[in-house]
Amino acid sequence: MSIIIEKLNHIYDIGSPFETNALNSVSLQIEKGDFVGLIGHTGSGKSTLIQHMNGLLKPTSGKILINGFDITSSKAKLNEIRKKVGLVFQYPEYQLFEETVEKDVAFGPNNLGIEPEEVNRRVKESLEMVGLDYEEIRGKSPFELSGGQKRRVAIAGVIAMKPEVLILDEPTAGLDPKGRDEILEQILALHAKQGITVILVSHSMEDIARYVRKIFVMDEGSLVLAGDPAEVFSHVEQLEAIGLAAPQVTYVAKALAAKGIDIDPTLYTVENAATRLLELLRRKSHAS
Amino acid sequence: MIQAKSVTYFYNEAEVTPALKELNIDIASGEFVVIIGHNGSGKSTFAKLCNGIMHPTEGIILIDGMDTSNYDQIWEIRKTAGMVFQNPDNQIVATVVEEDVAFGPENLGISPPEIRIRVDEALNSVGMYEHRRKPPHLLSGGQKQRIAIAGILAMKPKCIILDEPTAMLDPSGRKEVMETIRRLNKEEGITIVHITHFMDEAVHCDRVIVMEDGAKLLEGTPKTVFSKVEQLQGMGLDVPQVTLLAHQLREQGVDIPDDIITVEELVEELCPLL
Repeated sequence: MSIIIEKLNHIYDIGSPFETNALNSVSLQIEKGDFVGLIGHTGSGKSTLIQHMNGLLKPTSGKILINGFDITSSKAKLNEIRKKVGLVFQYPEYQLFEETVEKDVAFGPNNLGIEPEEVNRRVKESLEMVGLDYEEIRGKSPFELSGGQKRRVAIAGVIAMKPEVLILDEPTAGLDPKGRDEILEQILALHAKQGITVILVSHSMEDIARYVRKIFVMDEGSLVLAGDPAEVFSHVEQLEAIGLAAPQVTYVAKALAAKGIDIDPTLYTVENAATRLLELLRRKSHAS
Repeated sequence: MIQAKSVTYFYNEAEVTPALKELNIDIASGEFVVIIGHNGSGKSTFAKLCNGIMHPTEGIILIDGMDTSNYDQIWEIRKTAGMVFQNPDNQIVATVVEEDVAFGPENLGISPPEIRIRVDEALNSVGMYEHRRKPPHLLSGGQKQRIAIAGILAMKPKCIILDEPTAMLDPSGRKEVMETIRRLNKEEGITIVHITHFMDEAVHCDRVIVMEDGAKLLEGTPKTVFSKVEQLQGMGLDVPQVTLLAHQLREQGVDIPDDIITVEELVEELCPLL
């Protein structure tokens, strides 16, 4: 088990009039090497939760174990935690600051006290992993790159720390469809190649449906649903009530099933829906 | 309302390729137009030119008949065509919602009693009146974008240009903003130019314009544009999931139309076949 979260509570501004319960006894488990999605509307507690996993916030109570290592213990060192869990914030390109791409990506591993040779190797590897040409881009200023390139450099900076768990908060926000697909495919490849555990936070149900194997749904600081995509997207009404939705194709499957057609109402990808519909159509044409 | 006549734009003199290349766009009063295209296709450049933030290198842009390069009319132009940007946090200036909405009309030198009326009307129009005394940082992203829209409305615009206003929002925030825009167009007759990467937001508009390399590549009703699935995908753009599903079924010989863009249409077409 890669991540075990036990009864995590976080109360902001305890004792003040602004006291808010941002996390309510959240417990969840994520298998090592899994690719999971975390969804919930703005203010549902997603960001508070992931900031705990990276040690940026300390819980009011509760525990987080990353591959057996208790990161919530008072003895846990921050750079130990950062080696285990890499967090890519929303709009990470705003955090680029160095003169060159190479220096920017090297910043994290340098701070972990890694040997210069190893740092260089990691920088090269990380940039290539996010689909950038190392030789071409290493000497450029991060500020002369396009939006999509900047974001990749920022992701490379986190990957270069070789985390066991990679958390990405809305990695595709603001990108066009092509940029979005490229980044998600590279994350998927990284996951497949390195067996790294990935947590994807997204508002796009279509992206979540396409890439993750398990979904956790947050609302008002609590974990309200968890399961594989079919299971979670079968609760369409509940998802809508908390400001979310199912992928568009699920609505088609659901409407057809409601009309008595023999189709799984929880189908959530275009490919699966097309396959099933073609089966039904062929069966019908054979029968007639 | 908006006429772009053979507009070319270079960000700086050293550039070889223009951001816009002899672009001609004519948007009628009361129209709801959605502009799509990948990053760098010239969508945002066009929006900024319409608002007089930048001026065409060649060609002209007329907003309700006013030339955007004519600096004497810049306030009148901005009042006529208001702009909403992507990041809600970058466009809110005041510490109280109603003061933020009043910022625009105050700068236009409108009298305080009239400002009060306009602010209340604008907040009602976007469904945010009950939040008028709140500090903006306590609002959700969708609510902040509606405040930004209210700030434009208080200047009584004829046209609103929105540059990816939903990119940073969750599904319910996107829905709130889209419903607000649609209502302003239908009920108040405000011309809407909406720039987005979300194809489902284009389904209910009057006209879709697809931009590529600073020029207009395709335009037409949502149905005509989205029926060109392969061309759009080739450009790195999406089509709505239902359109894609219908397209895949057609490729396998299923007899359904190529211009399906809503869940209802697809269900209606499929039912008799199954």
